[in-house]
Amino acid sequence: MKLELRKIAIKDVCFDKECKIVDGCLHVDPAKLEDLVLEDSRVKSVSFDLARPGESVRIVPVKDVIEPRAKLEGGETFPGLFREDMQEAGEGITYALSGCAVTTTGPIVGFQEGVIDMSGPGAEYTVYSQINHVVMIIEKQDYVDQHDHEAVVRLAGIKVARFLGTVGFDCEDYESEVYEWKSIGEKYAEYPGLPKVVYVYNCMAQGLLHDTYFYGRDAKVMVPTMITPLEVMDGALVSGNCVSPGSKTTTYMHQNNAVIKELFKIHGKEINFVGIVLNPLMTTLKEKFRDRMLTVRQVKMLGADGAIISQEGFGNPTTDLMIVCQELEQNGIKTVLISNEDAGVDGMSEPLPDSVQEANAIVSTGNSNATVMLPAMEKTIGNIKEVERVCGGNVNSIQEDGRLLLEIHGIMGSHNLQGNTKLGAVTI
Amino acid sequence: MKKILFYTNQFFGQIGGEEKAYTEPFVEEGPRGNANAFAPKLEGGEIVATIVCGDNYFVENVDKCLEFVKKQVEEYKPDILMAGPAFNAGRFGIACCEVCKYVQTNYKIPCVTGLYWENPGVEMYKADCYIMEVGKSAATIRKAIPLITGFVNKLISGEKLGTPKQEHYYPKGQRVNVFHEKNGAERAVEMLVKKLKGEEYETELEISVYEKVNPAPPLKDLSKAKIALCTSGGIVPFGNPDHMFAATAKFWKKYSLEGKDSLNEGEFESVHAGYDPVYANEDPNRVAPYNTLKELEKEGVIGSVYPYLLTTTGNSTSVADATRFGQEMAQDLLAAGVDGVILTST
Repeated sequence: MKLELRKIAIKDVCFDKECKIVDGCLHVDPAKLEDLVLEDSRVKSVSFDLARPGESVRIVPVKDVIEPRAKLEGGETFPGLFREDMQEAGEGITYALSGCAVTTTGPIVGFQEGVIDMSGPGAEYTVYSQINHVVMIIEKQDYVDQHDHEAVVRLAGIKVARFLGTVGFDCEDYESEVYEWKSIGEKYAEYPGLPKVVYVYNCMAQGLLHDTYFYGRDAKVMVPTMITPLEVMDGALVSGNCVSPGSKTTTYMHQNNAVIKELFKIHGKEINFVGIVLNPLMTTLKEKFRDRMLTVRQVKMLGADGAIISQEGFGNPTTDLMIVCQELEQNGIKTVLISNEDAGVDGMSEPLPDSVQEANAIVSTGNSNATVMLPAMEKTIGNIKEVERVCGGNVNSIQEDGRLLLEIHGIMGSHNLQGNTKLGAVTI
Repeated sequence: MKKILFYTNQFFGQIGGEEKAYTEPFVEEGPRGNANAFAPKLEGGEIVATIVCGDNYFVENVDKCLEFVKKQVEEYKPDILMAGPAFNAGRFGIACCEVCKYVQTNYKIPCVTGLYWENPGVEMYKADCYIMEVGKSAATIRKAIPLITGFVNKLISGEKLGTPKQEHYYPKGQRVNVFHEKNGAERAVEMLVKKLKGEEYETELEISVYEKVNPAPPLKDLSKAKIALCTSGGIVPFGNPDHMFAATAKFWKKYSLEGKDSLNEGEFESVHAGYDPVYANEDPNRVAPYNTLKELEKEGVIGSVYPYLLTTTGNSTSVADATRFGQEMAQDLLAAGVDGVILTST
């Protein structure tokens, strides 16, 4: 399996009468995008806005962030969402508009939508402040219930991202990255002397705003499955806009999974990156034990010497993280975890809700309960009032002078659990 | 020039030995006794006054002594307080830590003392002030002086402090956010490579060992028992009148259910951000099964139902807050003569 990613560096975005890329600037025709979104009769209204790095702009409540990607040949990106037939992702040529994203906002679906600041102290907490946003403000028809509301927003975002990806086809100014994925036997033969590493990719599977879609299939009805990193890059995994904003694995974070990126960097040099097991994080203990068994079995079948487990969410998913780690270690597989912490606003509480002694190598992406005062922004895209109802915010969040007192987990991507953040925590 | 207030005991303050341990606190301008050993090494700061107090007098009159310290802090308005160091001395250690804790808590002034690791004051007060790692006895003062003054000099200049390990103070146990040079994925992969090679690595988060909660013994006769309902599922009266948070709740609430047999749709709702609330909003009894309890009461299976809902949002709640909620709820329930509790989570 071979995937060529043609990455076009988008440095700016603007509105225009047609969609095109000129000198790294993505020109967007909002009318064209609106038509596309309004194909879904469940959408009452839609409009678009733009946000660029460094601007005094706050986007809230953000549901998903998606990098525009489209396939020139070898099937489609985000397979399994729009068509009955589908082709395995991860093969052929894919165009990626890096440096930009389609970002969805609009009335709140649940309480899991977050804040992106394009400048100021809030911007330091998230990689999303570094990219250009084509922001979709979308409203559903009155008859659409909460579950459908989430689906409407999710699909509209993906549709626009997929369309904008095709705008890249005419652009010749790209950087090519080629990824290959071979069978396990070939991989063994290729680097027999290197330690074999498997990535355990935890994803939420718990209901409204806590879901993940794999080829369009709800992860709640999946068991742990071996997947390839190449299909992840092609959008086989789509966010169900889940969990608190700070630890939400948006579709962007799937497409640009930081653990996959780092494992590829040292593959063939220091390690042999042999596989990924996608592990759905379910609500009940029975499912957690079943998924642990099936995850660990597949990691063992791949012959792993070491594993990295990335996380999504916090609380009951910490149990999944810990029990999988425990069993991997007990099977002699050296394991590193990535987790955030809830150490309380003052940082004085025990940081994790569950633990096993085998979890002796943890990377922390920060204390999500810590608060930060964000300055007022000149422009808000969306509705600032919703901050009072979302994770990380409360009725005291909005200050009289327009500043915002927010817990870190209210900021989109602040403690991303694939490690795509520099935030961490230390004990003093 | 930053102002430093110094605290010491009868011995290091050069009043006398054990026979002077009941000396009442007094203050002198400038450095006195062992403060003189530290003063020359301070850069950009000076010891404006020294408080001297007998160890026995302090431990037997803590409130009076702290009142005296308070007066001096308000008189001299110091930027930093230094105490001791007390090495492995028990009473003096407690006195230094009490003074540091009092001043740091009430005046937000950084307070620095030094104790030997076995001194009980370390465990008792490390969260409340900076306790530097010093030797067992005053014989190690030569090492203690540069360590403590070096650290105080950083506080004076406002230079960024290193980790507790680098600065040689006992960690307070507080988790603070920092931005690393490398992102989490890079650090995870580096950690894994080291672990695979058998090289030393440092976890970024030490695992806590939690107290195991043993289940209470079963109730002997349910038909005479008073049962209460508690939930961490974020069920509140519709409209959320008390603004219960969607996550990281800082409080719990008690709502009267007098005259109700059920938590009905439109009267109660979930504000919890950690699960799909649609089904809980359709029927809040799914999360807090008050209707079932009332039926069991009618059938005589249970004696009576406590007519309140004790509720909070258990989502990203720190262990410390959750423990406090549990203790407060238990007090309420004990006072009401409740025999058993159904606690539902989500």
